[in-house]
Amino acid sequence: MSILVDKDTRLVVQGITGNAGMFHTEQCLAYGTNIVAGVTPGKGGQKCLEKIPVVNTVHEAVKEHGANASVIFVPPPFAADSILEAIDAGIALVVCITEGIPIRDMEKVKTVLEKSSTRLIGPNCPGIITPEGKCKIGIMPGYIHRPGTVGVVSRSGTLTYEAVWQLTQLGLGQSTCIGIGGDPIVGTTHLDAIKLFNEDPGTEAIIMIGEIGGDNEERAAAYIKEHVKKPVAAFIAGMTAPEGRRMGHAGAIVSGSSGSASAKIKALTEAGIAVAPTPSSIGETLAKLLSTYKA
Amino acid sequence: MNIHEHQAKELFADYGVPCQSGKIAATREEIAGALVDFPDTGKIVVKSQIHAGGRGKGTFLDGYKGGVKLASSKKEAAEIAEKMLGNTLVTQQTGPAGRQVQTVYFTEATDIKKEYYLAILLDRATSKPVVIASTEGGMDIEKVAEELPDKIIRTFIDPTIGIQGFQARQIAFALGFEGDQIKQMTKLVMNLYRLFDEKDCAMVEINPLIVTPEGHIMALDAKVSFDDNALFRQPEIRNLRDLNEEDPKEIEASKHGLNYIALDGNIACLVNGAGLAMATMDIIKYFGGSPANFLDVGGSANEEQVTHAFKIILSDPNVKGILVNIFGGIMKCDIIANGIIAAAKSVSIKVPLVVRLEGTNVEMGKKLLQESGLSLVAADSLAEAAEKIVQLASK
Repeated sequence: MSILVDKDTRLVVQGITGNAGMFHTEQCLAYGTNIVAGVTPGKGGQKCLEKIPVVNTVHEAVKEHGANASVIFVPPPFAADSILEAIDAGIALVVCITEGIPIRDMEKVKTVLEKSSTRLIGPNCPGIITPEGKCKIGIMPGYIHRPGTVGVVSRSGTLTYEAVWQLTQLGLGQSTCIGIGGDPIVGTTHLDAIKLFNEDPGTEAIIMIGEIGGDNEERAAAYIKEHVKKPVAAFIAGMTAPEGRRMGHAGAIVSGSSGSASAKIKALTEAGIAVAPTPSSIGETLAKLLSTYKA
Repeated sequence: MNIHEHQAKELFADYGVPCQSGKIAATREEIAGALVDFPDTGKIVVKSQIHAGGRGKGTFLDGYKGGVKLASSKKEAAEIAEKMLGNTLVTQQTGPAGRQVQTVYFTEATDIKKEYYLAILLDRATSKPVVIASTEGGMDIEKVAEELPDKIIRTFIDPTIGIQGFQARQIAFALGFEGDQIKQMTKLVMNLYRLFDEKDCAMVEINPLIVTPEGHIMALDAKVSFDDNALFRQPEIRNLRDLNEEDPKEIEASKHGLNYIALDGNIACLVNGAGLAMATMDIIKYFGGSPANFLDVGGSANEEQVTHAFKIILSDPNVKGILVNIFGGIMKCDIIANGIIAAAKSVSIKVPLVVRLEGTNVEMGKKLLQESGLSLVAADSLAEAAEKIVQLASK
């Protein structure tokens, strides 16, 4: 089981003919993702990789090819527009990989999103993957994943792969891994993902990876304390980050007293979440927690 | 991206946000020219221009106190400016090394009847712009939020339609303005939002916003910062960048598409991915070491970029060891291995180097490093790598 994406997902790739679009389309296809079309305005009629039809608009991808999810590999100046197009076309799930979208643009997108029935993941994220359904939407390496029952939600890319690889090696497969992205404005928060994992019968444990900036981890912790009985382990990056600096991710910044790693770790611990002391022990922390649940 | 107070005030002037205008001087020779139009009587405020707050309470490295001073005459203003220019000011926000003052800003001193606080920034909880206003100006707003939360007025703006007149009026009323000042304040707030929106600001802050005895509302201080992600579409704003306020290693890094932040430890790290890079700094500290930098080479670093990364890392004289941590997803471990080997050929690496590779083509990468003859220590797990480098760097 899984959340949001599975073997029935029909994906359209926005920006398919660009370098990133082409490369990752091939990778996702190889994993087993059902890619039904690609969109590059002006290149409608072409075929990508000799089999994927390219159309001019997301609306065509929906009408002619039944797309119900989209992934966006479009550069920052145009990415927000791509999200808005997908929303307008009625796509249920939009995954935006693009890093560098202006905040002003995402403020507007978020407002439109709230009035729509579309769910956005990202931007500035690695994507989402459900190993069981062989559905990979994004740039993560497929081979580190294996089907299982651990739900993973993270703001990071490679730090997530680190955690997933640890889980896989411990025999703890994943139901769905969702990278929510490193920006200050994201379509899906930790809390949103955790609610879905909580309700998913195929997810039996949750890993939450966070970092400095904002208070989404604290909000998730408060919810977990009240509503989540499944075991939750977590890791928060940025204990050593200096105040006031943007640490790579646009959303990773400690401003004054808010957004610090220690505040997040405190909130998580008080909510009964097992916080891994190092990034090397994330899988191990969950394994230990699971053994106490069984006992 | 940050800018200086005097640049922020120019933007305010462009956008109809009333503020005390002034003149700058960047050299001793410019001081006289800057002061010539000031009245002969009346006090003059001399302000050090650095990208950090707390200037008033700061101290210069040579012991001179105060980065913002009040002069009773033009002569005194000139003397103060001479003491400040070229001097290094240390404030609570600059860190112990302080910042060199390259420009001073002269403004006429104004009498203050009342001080307010006004700012616009992104509210992360709602993903909307929020206007924050308070009658408690001239103070640390974080303290006000903690001790007098009722004195903070928050007004959320719908970004798709922008600030509405009624919202600006509500703020004016809530702050207790009356009569003609309501129009003044409303106009000021609307104009400030226009600046925030049109110039892709991350934050605009006026602390204090003052009312003069004559009843004029104006910004006494101005702090404006910009969304780095939007600079591609703000060429005029890009020109306001002051490279002197940035670490030269960081400037060099961004030229090569590397994300580098200098810290004050002695173990350098080179990682792919911001979250993993932060986590690598954290695990170094966990094992008793101190990270010298944050460095994210990104998802597609080539040999050239890796070489530049090493050069930048090694230009920090404090570095006593290097930890390379790569989880190859799209980035392949053999590419990184070749990058490290090439870098070691062109830059002499005299400090211990621990390399931890995992992910795509990891065996190939490890083999390349083994056979390269390079003096380095390989590690399998991140914990092992961190422990090793901390040990080696402390020798």
